[in-house]
Amino acid sequence: MTVAAQTRTLTYREAVREAICDAMHRDDRVFLIGEDVGRYGGCFAVSMGLFDEFGPGRIVDTPLCESGFTGAGIGAAMGGMRPIVEIMTVNFSLLALDQILNTAATYLHMSGGLFNVPLVIRMATGGGKQLAAQHSHSLEGWYAHIPGIKVLSPATVEDAGGMLWPALQDPDPVLIFENSLLYNQKADLTEPLPAVDIDHAAVRRAGDDVSIITFSMGVPKALEAADALAADGIHAEVIDLRVLRPLDNRTIIESVVKTHRALIVDEGWRSGGISAEISARIQEQAFYELDLPVARLCGAEVPMPYPKHLEQAALPQVDDIVTAVKRMVTPNV
Amino acid sequence: MVTKTATTHSKPTLTAEHGLHLLKEMVRIRELENKSAELYTQMKIRGFLHLYNGEEAIAVGVMQALRPQDSIVATYREHGQALARGVPMNTIMAELYGKQEGCSRGRGGSMHLFDKETNFYGGNAIVGGGLPIAVGLGLAAKMQNKPNVTACFFGDGAVAEGEFHESMNLAALWHLPVFFICENNQYGMGTALKYSESVMNIAEKATSYGVAAEQIDGMDVLAVEAAAHRAMAFIQEHRKPYFIEFVTYRFRAHSMFDAELYRDKEEVEEWRKRDPIVVLRKHLLEQDLITLEDLETIQRDVMAEVEEAVAFAEAGTWEPVEDLTRFVYSEGDQA
Repeated sequence: MTVAAQTRTLTYREAVREAICDAMHRDDRVFLIGEDVGRYGGCFAVSMGLFDEFGPGRIVDTPLCESGFTGAGIGAAMGGMRPIVEIMTVNFSLLALDQILNTAATYLHMSGGLFNVPLVIRMATGGGKQLAAQHSHSLEGWYAHIPGIKVLSPATVEDAGGMLWPALQDPDPVLIFENSLLYNQKADLTEPLPAVDIDHAAVRRAGDDVSIITFSMGVPKALEAADALAADGIHAEVIDLRVLRPLDNRTIIESVVKTHRALIVDEGWRSGGISAEISARIQEQAFYELDLPVARLCGAEVPMPYPKHLEQAALPQVDDIVTAVKRMVTPNV
Repeated sequence: MVTKTATTHSKPTLTAEHGLHLLKEMVRIRELENKSAELYTQMKIRGFLHLYNGEEAIAVGVMQALRPQDSIVATYREHGQALARGVPMNTIMAELYGKQEGCSRGRGGSMHLFDKETNFYGGNAIVGGGLPIAVGLGLAAKMQNKPNVTACFFGDGAVAEGEFHESMNLAALWHLPVFFICENNQYGMGTALKYSESVMNIAEKATSYGVAAEQIDGMDVLAVEAAAHRAMAFIQEHRKPYFIEFVTYRFRAHSMFDAELYRDKEEVEEWRKRDPIVVLRKHLLEQDLITLEDLETIQRDVMAEVEEAVAFAEAGTWEPVEDLTRFVYSEGDQA
């Protein structure tokens, strides 16, 4: 008689917390550092309880100085530690951009391979909570522009929990963007938490008619849209990019070769964004497979407005995806 | 490099051997810089080239107090620190040429000298950018209970940057073993300190964060060395940061593109009278610690070393273009 695998229900937030906790137990070089990660429990309550368990030596509260504590994480990484730097939101990470780009992403190259930076930086990203124009953007596409770092975008509870450990094993800087709207998402996961890779995109739903290529909050939205489309007999394939740098070309191209139609859904701004990069790659590598031009649904090119109706209008929604796909598969609709 | 016999803490106990060592180290830097300027005009060296002439006493004096396990974080004006720390002149010169035999494989150039053996963490060309890194190295030492100290060099220009203030606060708050070395050459590129700082005493700024600090004549290598030993002893005893503002002067232009319109020639000439090499030479001769023959020997040896470094760089090879995208991500087992 075989014992059924144990499962339990976890939120995205709990999965990240367990991953941090697990990493701290497995490797005593790992520590968490950031604003309000300790006594407060994290601005999104991700690290709640960890301060009591590990103490101030490993759950390090910092003053408000993103550049200073991110740089300190870089120095500590080079000095033999494995820091997890938490930055409250992607907008605040701009205050640390000098350290992320000019130091973390650059030292290995500038030193001719001598000094690598084994650092993980986690931060919240995304809109949808009426936090207006300085707390709501999706700038992970920007970060994906930078050679020397890896950019992860967990869209599932499984990835939220699973990506941290492989990121900590990476010899180079890894940025993990946690969409704050996903923190309460729940899933039943096997025990122990399943291991995941940080190299590949995932096909979250298979289909033959159109490839919806997306990441982060775009994934649950695309899956919901795919359900609605299926009711109309349209079979959408949903690709969760998971890794924005380096992009998994193969999974994207294989899907497009199968469906001949590509819709990219990106909550970030359109101009110069990651959707433009993906679109360019599809046209470089699978142009003759396309039945029609690559389509994009992106965030409106406006700083995020506060009122709910305007914020919702600024972000691609499920209905927008459904409409866009129908237009692609049924010409002249 | 650091001599094992360098236990001298003040002028009265200076030995001839150590005096000669300090002098030679400063002359090595001076002649490396002079040759670099010459090679720049010959277009052998390109990009930005920031020379250390006039400031040699600081790198040389500080290095006497550091131990092999200590780390160094420096700026884009770091040839002197690298050389005084023990990075071979050959690999420094090859780096200035951009050859793959350079200490950073030619990928960094003048502003980005790195060396693992001597814990030389660059070569950071973002003003103030190295300070948080030094804080992090200090944090790592503290967390691992290692006795390492991180020596962080930066200029007066960095003091206006937010990263300076963030780093002072963090180092003081967390009791980190970091030796902050401000090389105040009185100009942030072409802007005099009086045009950029509301309070011109830089050591005072560190004190305001609770970091023990002093202001020292950076043109006197013996004073620098004594202060550096004081700093290191304090850091090791108290496991807290220490800050020294060394007042110095840059004899040459900010970089090779600088026409020096912002300062008077007379001012430069006045400071040249306090040339750290001239000052030490005079002192050693007056104390009968060295002879004119010793000076000639130093000069001859250093010039030979410089010529050898140039030959090494000339004989160096260009990294194949096929390797262009290497060192963006780690290869092998760096983790």
